[in-house]
Amino acid sequence: MPPTHTTEKVARPPSAAPRPPAARPAPRSVRLWRGLTPWLFLAAPLVLLVAFTYAPVVNMLAYSFTDWDGVSPELSYIGAGNYVEIFTRPELFQVFFVSGYYLAASAVQIALALYFATVLSFNVRFRNFYKGVLFFPYLINGVAIGFVFLYFFQDGGTLDSVLALFGHESDRAWLGTSTSANISLASVSVWRYLGLNFVLFLGAIQSIPGELYEAAELDGAGRWHQFRYIIAPGIKPVLSLSVILSISGSLSVFEIPYIMTGGATGTETFVIQTIDLAFRFNKTGLASAAAVVLLLIILAVTWVQRRLVPDDKVDLT
Amino acid sequence: MTLAHPTPVVRRRVARTLTHLSLVLASVVVLLPLAVVFLTSLKSEQEMARGSRALGLPDDLLNLRNYATAFRDGEMLAAFGNTAFILLFAVTGTVVIGSMAAYAIDRFTFRFRKLIVALFLVATLVPGVTTQVATFQIVDSFGMFDSLWAPIALYMGTDIVSIYIFLQFVRSIPISLDEAARLDGANAFTIYRKIIFPLLRPAIATVVIVKGITVYNDFYIPFLYMPSEDLGVISTSLFRFKGPYAAHWETISAGTVLVILPTLIVFLALQRFIYNGFMRGATK
Repeated sequence: MPPTHTTEKVARPPSAAPRPPAARPAPRSVRLWRGLTPWLFLAAPLVLLVAFTYAPVVNMLAYSFTDWDGVSPELSYIGAGNYVEIFTRPELFQVFFVSGYYLAASAVQIALALYFATVLSFNVRFRNFYKGVLFFPYLINGVAIGFVFLYFFQDGGTLDSVLALFGHESDRAWLGTSTSANISLASVSVWRYLGLNFVLFLGAIQSIPGELYEAAELDGAGRWHQFRYIIAPGIKPVLSLSVILSISGSLSVFEIPYIMTGGATGTETFVIQTIDLAFRFNKTGLASAAAVVLLLIILAVTWVQRRLVPDDKVDLT
Repeated sequence: MTLAHPTPVVRRRVARTLTHLSLVLASVVVLLPLAVVFLTSLKSEQEMARGSRALGLPDDLLNLRNYATAFRDGEMLAAFGNTAFILLFAVTGTVVIGSMAAYAIDRFTFRFRKLIVALFLVATLVPGVTTQVATFQIVDSFGMFDSLWAPIALYMGTDIVSIYIFLQFVRSIPISLDEAARLDGANAFTIYRKIIFPLLRPAIATVVIVKGITVYNDFYIPFLYMPSEDLGVISTSLFRFKGPYAAHWETISAGTVLVILPTLIVFLALQRFIYNGFMRGATK
């Protein structure tokens, strides 16, 4: 398990501990007080950690084996029934296919981010302007983005007007069919999140020492070779981080489709479905099982990634 | 250059032009949807009814009536107030809690220390969206449902990335400073308050910026935990525009611009901190 692995690195020599210089053993009450001090500092963070992260996970596991509706005092144990339902009712399982659109979109997003980061790592005119423009969408409020793009895809909205400029009159309802809507929504997600990938890549590329490029240039390496042999290895940790973020991101898409279509026309994602199950249809048990499945998938993906790319970024602790 | 079909100079010039073209195209793709919404926010109801084209300029470039409508009827003022309240408590809480946890973990040896560190570490792997079904019950049992304290507690309690950022910084503060203070008779709390905390300023700036923007933009938590209309934060209040103004794009646009504007100002003012902050936050 990666966590244990990292904890070992975390351990510091005991000499780091604040020790009074005096060798005489302190009286008992003082020692007790000293032993208590770190716990006083940790009390609030730990209470919050347990209350809002661990307790929910444990409860969720417990609920997932029941038919609880979230309100009534009664609940009965139904074994793995909820899990069977998730994997056998096609309409419940279908949301995973929607994630496919977002997964494909994040591949495009990473490729574009990589391209722009490479281009802007060289001296280009208006570099800071482009950097700002590419990053800014990441900072914008999700509801605002939803509205901007509702207008964008609207009949006679921004997209249709731009197409008309190029002589292409379109009366297509961009959010009208399932495929078209999902592609549109996934593109919005690329628009929104590209900036973060881009800035991460750019930071990684810029931390590569400049002499490497100079040496490569002396050896007659072109831009492509510079990218292949200098930039690509330099950004590997960030790239693997981006891949994992996009996979877990694609599985837990919520804001953009919820705000723009409310999950209609086949754009419902896993999180929208879970929220609806839990808070609209009062199926807390089933929703918990769905959430457990999602959590397990995300943990598995993280684990695989840590296995494939032994990550030396994480031992910042 | 290995391939020598066209002369290298021509090739390089073509490559450079294509690069610039791609950058300009990307900028248009990013800015055009925003610019159109801004233009729409300046158009009057009549103009919209006449079927003004999305790319067309408004008749009156200084028509701010939609903003007044959005502010007054859309209750944006109350929303900004609620957001500010949550921001103040959540960000302060995150800074205090994160720095305390980091201080305790880095500067003390105690039993179960490894376990505690592992607990924080594993928690970063649990995505918040997945657990809300059960978190909801806990928040509800604390009686915080439908109050401003629900998001405040959740923002404070689930931010482990901040703890890591603080941990990195605490580590870089020499222990000799602690020891010198201890010789002068300072206790652990005084050391934290008088030495560690002030030296954490760069980390605090990072956490305040990243956390501030995240909280300002969050929709999920306020939407789930504060259904009351008077508890709307900017995200949820803007979201409510969808019903009553469904056909009034000029008002929705004005509300949207109102929400984006503070972000734009903060971004322009603090650009460098923001890039660094998000980089540090993501690569934790």
